[in-house]
Amino acid sequence: MEEIKSKAPRAAEGSALRELADDPSSRKRFLKMVGGTGAAGAFGLFLAACGSDEETTTSGGGSTGTSPTGGAASKGDLEILNYALTLEFLESEFYRQAIDSGEIKDQAIADVAKTFGEHEQEHVDALTATIEQLGGTPTEAPETDFSKALKSADTILSTAAMVENVGAAAYLGAAPEIKSPEVLAAALSIHSVEGRHAAALNQVAGNSFQGGDPVVGSIPDGPFAEPMDMESVLKAVQPFLAKS
Amino acid sequence: MSNSKLAVPELAAVEIDGMTRSSFILKSTLAAGAVYGGAAVGPFVKQAMSQEGGDVDILNFALTLEYLESAFYDEALTQVKGLSGENKSLTEQLAEDEAAHVDTLTATIKDLGGKPVKAPKVDFGDAFQDEDSYLELAQTFEDTGVSAYNGAAPEIESKEILAAAGSIVQIEGRHAGLIRLTRGENPAPTAFDETLDMQEVLDAVMPFIKS
Repeated sequence: MEEIKSKAPRAAEGSALRELADDPSSRKRFLKMVGGTGAAGAFGLFLAACGSDEETTTSGGGSTGTSPTGGAASKGDLEILNYALTLEFLESEFYRQAIDSGEIKDQAIADVAKTFGEHEQEHVDALTATIEQLGGTPTEAPETDFSKALKSADTILSTAAMVENVGAAAYLGAAPEIKSPEVLAAALSIHSVEGRHAAALNQVAGNSFQGGDPVVGSIPDGPFAEPMDMESVLKAVQPFLAKS
Repeated sequence: MSNSKLAVPELAAVEIDGMTRSSFILKSTLAAGAVYGGAAVGPFVKQAMSQEGGDVDILNFALTLEYLESAFYDEALTQVKGLSGENKSLTEQLAEDEAAHVDTLTATIKDLGGKPVKAPKVDFGDAFQDEDSYLELAQTFEDTGVSAYNGAAPEIESKEILAAAGSIVQIEGRHAGLIRLTRGENPAPTAFDETLDMQEVLDAVMPFIKS
């Protein structure tokens, strides 16, 4: 893995990817989609789901407790939202550090990192707002350690691809557990974006679209994407969490 | 909605009414008690819970879209003038994936006791005159597919079918990202993919469906 251009002719070529506009209105759309606490309140009685995973999902710090007088949203939904928030924090921070590292020389790749990083920050903001809206407590950003991943443009790209693959698989694994249709709709609108990111980065990083290691290479081993459960996801991202 | 407006009988069979949030809520109460293992998300788990009406209708709606995409890439492979090596490989991959979606949706609908819709007759006009116009329409189809699945998925009653739909929509998202990358477009134009309801999707694809 010496040179990005040899692996990513499409992405590196000239004008490709130059217009990576970000869309500030999309966050509003997300929040509108999620709706008010009234809708979420209807699901307050449906507890359960990921209870047994509670401790592992909050390794980034913070708890997922619901406010006793809050919107009374599903405890499971709040846990999933905080789980997603932890991953989004991780992704967002990675892109930030990747850009700051100065290792990315190719402007097209830098633009991708910037745009995708902005998306992840929008996800962080929207998830945080949603958790609060539902009466929960947003988890804090985890302490990260990306030192090994930031060594070169190649390691940055392969790590970005891996993190996006895992992120997409995490949403896919968690989505069927979501009780509220509104929260589900919102999670799905993020899920497919993570899939877009993952595919683009797999391409740019030189990973095959199909086959390969399920995490490092590309998650879709065929026409159906594979989900990951929380345990597998946390194992995959563990190397990027600072030892506390 | 008034089905009489639809030019295609197959699409008229797609029930759009009757899939309300309230029915979803009712069913999800039942679903909350169901055991759901991590391994249960293989493509289209068979033992779905309550599938009369809603889920079969959604699956048939999805099947119609997959038929459209599948035919589109099949035709592209033989008709696009000068389809180059890399783009041809991508198109072969896309055709393969969409065909697999068609097969799986068809099998699942049958398993649920439903009747799969037939493949619509399609006409893509002059989309295949060159690579650019082909890829442009491919992007439209994939983006629309993502929004269609995302719009319909919250209405799905069975957790297993929801998981399966999710495993398809992520691939549609990946397709969209790759095609956009190929075209020099932003792979992910927004941080949150838009949703489309069934009528909006039908309006978007109707120009390519001929009875």
